[in-house]
Amino acid sequence: MRVMVFVKATEDSEAGIMHPEWMSEMLVKMGKYNEELVAAGIMLAGDGLKPSSFGKRVAFDGPDRTVIDGPFAETRELVAGYWLWEVKDMDEAVAWVKRCPNPMYGPSEIEIRPFYELADFAEHMTPEAEQIHEGLAAKLSDN
Amino acid sequence: MLASLVPLTEYAGMAESETHQAIEAVYRMERARLIAGLARMVRDVDRAEELAQEALLIALSEWPRSGVPNNPGAWLMAAAKRRAIDGMRRETMRARKHEEIAREIDGETDSTIEEIEAAMDDDLGDELLGLIFTACHPVLSADARAALTLRLVGGLTTDEIARAFLSAEPTIAQRIVRAKKMIGNAGLAFEVPRGAELAVRLPSVLEVIYLIFNEGYAATAGEDLIRPALCAEAQRVGRILAGLMPQESEVLGLLALMEIQASRLAARTGPDGRFVPLPEQHRARWDRLLIRRGLEALLRAEALGGADGPYALQAALAACHARARTADETDWRRIAALYDRLREIMPSPVVDLNRAVAHSMTYGPEAGLALVDELADAAALRNYAPLPAARGDFLFRAGRLGEARAQFEAAASLTRNETERAFLLERAGRCGS
Repeated sequence: MRVMVFVKATEDSEAGIMHPEWMSEMLVKMGKYNEELVAAGIMLAGDGLKPSSFGKRVAFDGPDRTVIDGPFAETRELVAGYWLWEVKDMDEAVAWVKRCPNPMYGPSEIEIRPFYELADFAEHMTPEAEQIHEGLAAKLSDN
Repeated sequence: MLASLVPLTEYAGMAESETHQAIEAVYRMERARLIAGLARMVRDVDRAEELAQEALLIALSEWPRSGVPNNPGAWLMAAAKRRAIDGMRRETMRARKHEEIAREIDGETDSTIEEIEAAMDDDLGDELLGLIFTACHPVLSADARAALTLRLVGGLTTDEIARAFLSAEPTIAQRIVRAKKMIGNAGLAFEVPRGAELAVRLPSVLEVIYLIFNEGYAATAGEDLIRPALCAEAQRVGRILAGLMPQESEVLGLLALMEIQASRLAARTGPDGRFVPLPEQHRARWDRLLIRRGLEALLRAEALGGADGPYALQAALAACHARARTADETDWRRIAALYDRLREIMPSPVVDLNRAVAHSMTYGPEAGLALVDELADAAALRNYAPLPAARGDFLFRAGRLGEARAQFEAAASLTRNETERAFLLERAGRCGS
């Protein structure tokens, strides 16, 4: 099964504070951890994200679209990084996350969310939706 | 299964997140490495498997009280090593070999979990690689290699492997027992071959991974789910191998090939469970992530100078389809050129036939006909339905309908697949009478 693993933001990560000594130590540990993920054959992708002050949101209300500039308030609910893993089950995903070095200077959280699989959508896929998705896939395959 | 040996009440006091399920998840992650390290130590795969299992039982009884240790792999290894030494002490050690091993291990008894952990860190997957290379040793038949790899590296049970290969369980069990015996008799050391030896041994590893993958790929809708799961298993071993041997272009070539093929898994089956051939597939159902990973792996293989490897070439062919936005946009000229090259590297009548199809798509049906005519005498293609089917297609496109009809009918009478037969007879029907 495929899971998205979210590293949640903290006050520090949102402020872009990188405690120098801790940071270099963490980068080594995290590098090793990523090597383990690759060697175990489960890591498909992963990256870190800049603080939400670099981000934007678009709010929807009927026909209205409002752009909101970061930073955003709910610090602990924001995402600071992610991985995409292929694992056997949630137990395995949890076991791998427990092995991760704390990605933040202080207390932090990592969240694991399984992907929808094709079968979950099959009954909602109308021919029209199918056609649109096909066009999308065509554009995506350009890169 | 194993959890039933430990009464659930013993988990009292343990956080719910660390039940036996969590312990078994940790064990599954460590199992292959554990067996690899133990096999190298006791020089006996069977015993190594037993010891790993015993270590799990110890963990199941201790971890609920103590919690999962920070270094579970090293902990399990230490527990298994202690069991190995205890077992050997109990035995009367007449065989000199056993004495030697016992002495070797005895020397290690004092090592702390931290030391074992450090050793495992330094190992960089070498032991696991050694296990993969041993399970895929050319002294074993390809079938035996596949079964053993799934058992030791994938952690599948004998029953699961039997179901996956549509075989009877005793057949697979026997195959594994024999393979283990052969490994023992041949005195294989569970080491990773080096230098020239590596080049000789690597193909038999790649062959087995691709065999496992193709077995899963051949699975049809409605079959036991363990069969399509073989694709995921093969991809996993392929990714492990690519992680451990990032400089081997053919490892990357095979990984690229599997990722791109697997990207089409969902699109190959229609809503009615019917097989959907590539040109008719809904490309929206192709897995973009796998395609991207496949193309990246292929680029790395090519950057290492491996563009002409048999797997890299096949991956490059698969990539041509993956890059095409619609079936009409397929770069047949490039596909034809790749088949020309593949034919030199990996001569086979099936490659020749595919090459004829590619040439017909690039240079017209007459070009295809000229190439299949050269193949008419190939013994391997006698009674091979795709040959008359391809010729029928070329003739049809050349406007020679009467001849095309005869070829489609011949192909229909050769195939054992009902869907394909219906498809071929329909094409014959469209040729008029």
